[in-house]
Amino acid sequence: MVMLVVAFVSFSLFNFVGDPINNMVGEETSDEERVELRETLGLTDPIYIQFSRFVGNASKGNFGISYQLKRPVSELISERLPATIELVLISALIALVSGTLLGVYTGINRKGFLSDIILAISLLGVSLPTFVIGILFIYLFAVILGILPSFGRGEVVSLGYWTTGFLTLSGLKAIILPSVTLSLFQMTYIIRLVRAEMMEILQTDYIKFARARGIKEKSIHYKHALKNGLIPVITIAGINIGTLIAFSIITETVFQWPGMGFLFIQAVQFVDIPIMSAYLVFIAFVFVMINFIVDILYYFIDPRIRVKAEAVSG
Amino acid sequence: MDNHKLTLLNRIKDSDVYFSFIKSPTAIISTVILVIIFFCSFFVELVTPYNPFDPSSLSLMEAFTPPSWTEDGLSKFILGTDGQGRDMLSTILYGSRISLIVGFSAVIFALVLGVGLGLSAGYFGGKYEMIIMRLTDVQLTVPSILMALLVDGIARGIISREMHDEMAIYVLIFAIGISEWPQFARVSRAATLVEKNKDYVSASTIIGVSNIIIMFKHILPNIMRPVLVIGTIGLALAIIAEATLSFLGVGVPPTTPSLGTLIRLGNDFLFSGEWWITFFPAMFLVLLAFSINLLGDWMRDTLNPKLN
Amino acid sequence: MSFLKINNLSVNYEMRREIVYAAKGVNITVEKGEILGLVGESGSGKSTVGNAIINLIDEPGKVSSGSIIVDGVNIYENPENILQLRGKKIGLIFQDPQTSLNPILTIGEQLIETIQTHLKLSKEDAKDKAINLLKEVGIKDAEVRFNNYPHQFSGGMRQRVVISLALCCEPELLIADEPTTALDVSIQSQILDLIKRLTKERNLAVILITHDMGVISETTNRVAVMKNGDLVEIGPTKEILTNPKEIYTKALVSSVPPTNKKINRFKIIEKENKTQSETNIKILNRWTKKEIIKQDLVKVKNLSKTFDDNFFTESSKNSVMAVNDVSFNIKEGESFGLVGESGSGKSTIAKMIVNLYRPSAGDIDFDNVCITKIKSNKEMMKFRKQIQMIFQDPYSSLNGRLKVKDIISEPIKLHNPSISSKDIDSYIYDLLESVELTQQSAERYPHEFSGGQRQRISIARALATQPRLLVCDEPTSALDVSIQAQILNLLKDLQEQLNLTILFISHDLPVVRQMCDRIGVLKNGKICEISETENLFKNPSHEYTKELLTLMPKIESIYN
Repeated sequence: MVMLVVAFVSFSLFNFVGDPINNMVGEETSDEERVELRETLGLTDPIYIQFSRFVGNASKGNFGISYQLKRPVSELISERLPATIELVLISALIALVSGTLLGVYTGINRKGFLSDIILAISLLGVSLPTFVIGILFIYLFAVILGILPSFGRGEVVSLGYWTTGFLTLSGLKAIILPSVTLSLFQMTYIIRLVRAEMMEILQTDYIKFARARGIKEKSIHYKHALKNGLIPVITIAGINIGTLIAFSIITETVFQWPGMGFLFIQAVQFVDIPIMSAYLVFIAFVFVMINFIVDILYYFIDPRIRVKAEAVSG
Repeated sequence: MDNHKLTLLNRIKDSDVYFSFIKSPTAIISTVILVIIFFCSFFVELVTPYNPFDPSSLSLMEAFTPPSWTEDGLSKFILGTDGQGRDMLSTILYGSRISLIVGFSAVIFALVLGVGLGLSAGYFGGKYEMIIMRLTDVQLTVPSILMALLVDGIARGIISREMHDEMAIYVLIFAIGISEWPQFARVSRAATLVEKNKDYVSASTIIGVSNIIIMFKHILPNIMRPVLVIGTIGLALAIIAEATLSFLGVGVPPTTPSLGTLIRLGNDFLFSGEWWITFFPAMFLVLLAFSINLLGDWMRDTLNPKLN
Repeated sequence: MSFLKINNLSVNYEMRREIVYAAKGVNITVEKGEILGLVGESGSGKSTVGNAIINLIDEPGKVSSGSIIVDGVNIYENPENILQLRGKKIGLIFQDPQTSLNPILTIGEQLIETIQTHLKLSKEDAKDKAINLLKEVGIKDAEVRFNNYPHQFSGGMRQRVVISLALCCEPELLIADEPTTALDVSIQSQILDLIKRLTKERNLAVILITHDMGVISETTNRVAVMKNGDLVEIGPTKEILTNPKEIYTKALVSSVPPTNKKINRFKIIEKENKTQSETNIKILNRWTKKEIIKQDLVKVKNLSKTFDDNFFTESSKNSVMAVNDVSFNIKEGESFGLVGESGSGKSTIAKMIVNLYRPSAGDIDFDNVCITKIKSNKEMMKFRKQIQMIFQDPYSSLNGRLKVKDIISEPIKLHNPSISSKDIDSYIYDLLESVELTQQSAERYPHEFSGGQRQRISIARALATQPRLLVCDEPTSALDVSIQAQILNLLKDLQEQLNLTILFISHDLPVVRQMCDRIGVLKNGKICEISETENLFKNPSHEYTKELLTLMPKIESIYN
């Protein structure tokens, strides 16, 4: 459902936003050439045929030809995909793990000195735009210290369709700055959410009742409270990955990381509709997948949902 | 009248919010910083000696002057000058005015739209509520920055190139506002659902008060607390979003630079050693966003009785 | 040496403006095998004492002086001491079983963890013990239920699980903080019986904290009365209830509605032994009084209401029939009572009569006009004016953002658009004085008032339209018993002098007996029986009514 809606939006983008021909050709192109191009692109067909063709093509991964780069969009995307995915995965890992750990720590030790420092830094983190962090990192680590590269992926190894930077030293070095930059904002966000969640749970009656039964503080924190506190983290993690993909646009621009975000921002600047619509469909696909996975995880973690589902099916 | 004002003042002084405000140094400091920034930005003509957008006052001879405390610095340019010889401090304050205007307008736009839809959705319920909430669900899964980028991209397609620079600021306000309204809609709907089930709303219905008056006179004032918290945090987000879009080159044009535009322009000089051109706007932006967030954080803790 | 000895206990909360003493120099002892009732109104400090025994006082409260000695161990001498005692020697039961259990652990996991924390048992032994315990507190199929999650139990069953958790390591002292307040009468009596049985079988020392004098009278051996942090009086239950020495205790006992007879007014005992005078109803001269012609004012005919449980599924499987084919009439000038437990549909009926809900089937006639089918707004306003309602929760029924003046003037302005602002003011003052509030109240905001005063404001607002029918939905169940007596007296006075017709909805049988001429008993959305009040209490015809009457806690049972 969602996919169809998004497909329609991106199709409308394709069709109604400006005249693609104008965008594709230069000023000096003659009218005959324009008409010819229109025919070859199928832009003269009725709308519904164009739409069904769009959906058909899209499901095969065919989004037409980039106006600006004059190459098939699918080719461009598959070229750029690995870079973005590697970046996002590493960032998600950093953000989730450290965000949850620090969030739990500050939630349990409400008044500690270390907690105050973590919280102050996290608030600063929310206030630091990603691109500013990126610039500061580049200036510090690349310009002044000169220990890490400021742009690109470094050397990559090609594994069939996939190119990876994980297998070379320069590739690993290159991913450090962008991924840390990208994860910082999300990490601080997760810290605050997890902390608020933990604090709320630690004030519930069932925690108080557990205390009154003499259950050890350790078990109260890490068994009773943490398990309840982690339920919303799953949702956060899902949204987190989506947000990271979006924010990778910025990070990729700052570090000139050859990923999809970089491609997309160039497309927006040059009104390259096929790339924009393909990116949109791709993002929508990722979100639908993430939502699906989150729903499944909930089923396994939260007994309230599990029991309900079993009651319905059985 | 005077008597009434006096009691209002006393009420404020007597309130727990005021009490926790004067007890919180971070809240006071961030408020002071914000007041200074707002004042300097909106009355920038009075504060700064230079108008960076008056070409006659610029001298390329003075371009790339480093900050005044460095060796080559000039005392008349406290934070140095950029590539065109513009005084950095003045440029930053002019830029911050644009950022603040865009930020405030976008948040107000999002607030009016979001609260209007959220309040009515929560109050009337049914299919209307379902449609609006589905809409926010779908949009919330799309990160706001991406949403703003898309709106901007579409606007670029619709509006001609010449018009675009002129319209850029409105497009930006619309794009950021649209990307933030679901937050307001959700919060105000959730708060409305709580309020709607309170007996004072039933009492008004039984008395015969009309729906519109119940919504705006009775419910709206009661849901403003969480909305204001979201609004404050949303302002910081909007300012950051504006800066980010401008940094990416899809925001306000370089002719009337905002903070983000300044950072982008300065970024080119980073490797050649002219760090101040990008560093000061960036720090100013961070200071601004940080102060707003500090205040928002304090508001959240104070206005949310659940955590106290 | 007593098993529990509380010596000179003081607990204070350092608030923004002042230090609040939640307990001041309290001395209590409890022996094994006895149930001590700790009774008091809200804010009396009774729960604070309970929490202090287990050292779980909420921030920022702390024990400022005194000692608590459990079985010879002073728990405030060394912070380690209480950690040894919690769960092991002292068990605690909270009020709300819905929130006392961790939702994502099975009750078995929670039981085993608690048992293994205190007793050196293998997992199998702990499981055996847990299952035996569940059987002991009356849970059937304990072996299966052991693996269930808390949300799979009903409220009463959950409270049994909570009790089993509190008892699983064989504590010798049990503190029960309002253990049955969240439960219906029938379940309440089962839980109280369970506590009584366990006290005897296990030779427990029990502290039962409650506000309900009926529960005190039926369950406890001794009782301690608290007020504003002070221990007013302590002694054998029978002595305290039948022959109280302190004025406060006397006032408390006299404001409890008797279950065995109907009295005209409650005796309100303040500083001296004077009774409260009748209310001066100042709005009387504004009132266009209806003649009492003993005709039916309200006719409820075959009323039903179905709620869809789930908005998205249209299957009737999920829909709940809250009200099922209910019919009754209310005569002009009469008080009609609707009684039932939670979920009986009594509030839903009230909301249909005041037109907050539309009935799924059936009609309501008011003054011989069917008001459930009115479409036009103007037509509806005529009836809005004549039917008003008073709500249960005094905190949510007033808009905190408006001054009292604005709250009361809203209905006046709406129904008399031409009224001058001077007239409005004098009308507001008359209304306020009629509910025994001062004129100065008009300029204040609701949060400056106590629960009872807020309920008075609510009544003033309802009277502002000069209604003929006043629907009272549990108007006193959120109030302390002494305040309840005042509000009930006020309602009686208003009714008598203004010839109001009242629909009185309550779960509290003694209150209904004092207030109503006729009573309808509801169960699961159906009327069981309708009868004259005294007839219903003396000769109930329906089984369910009989059950309710036997199970309700009776303060008079102390005489038997």
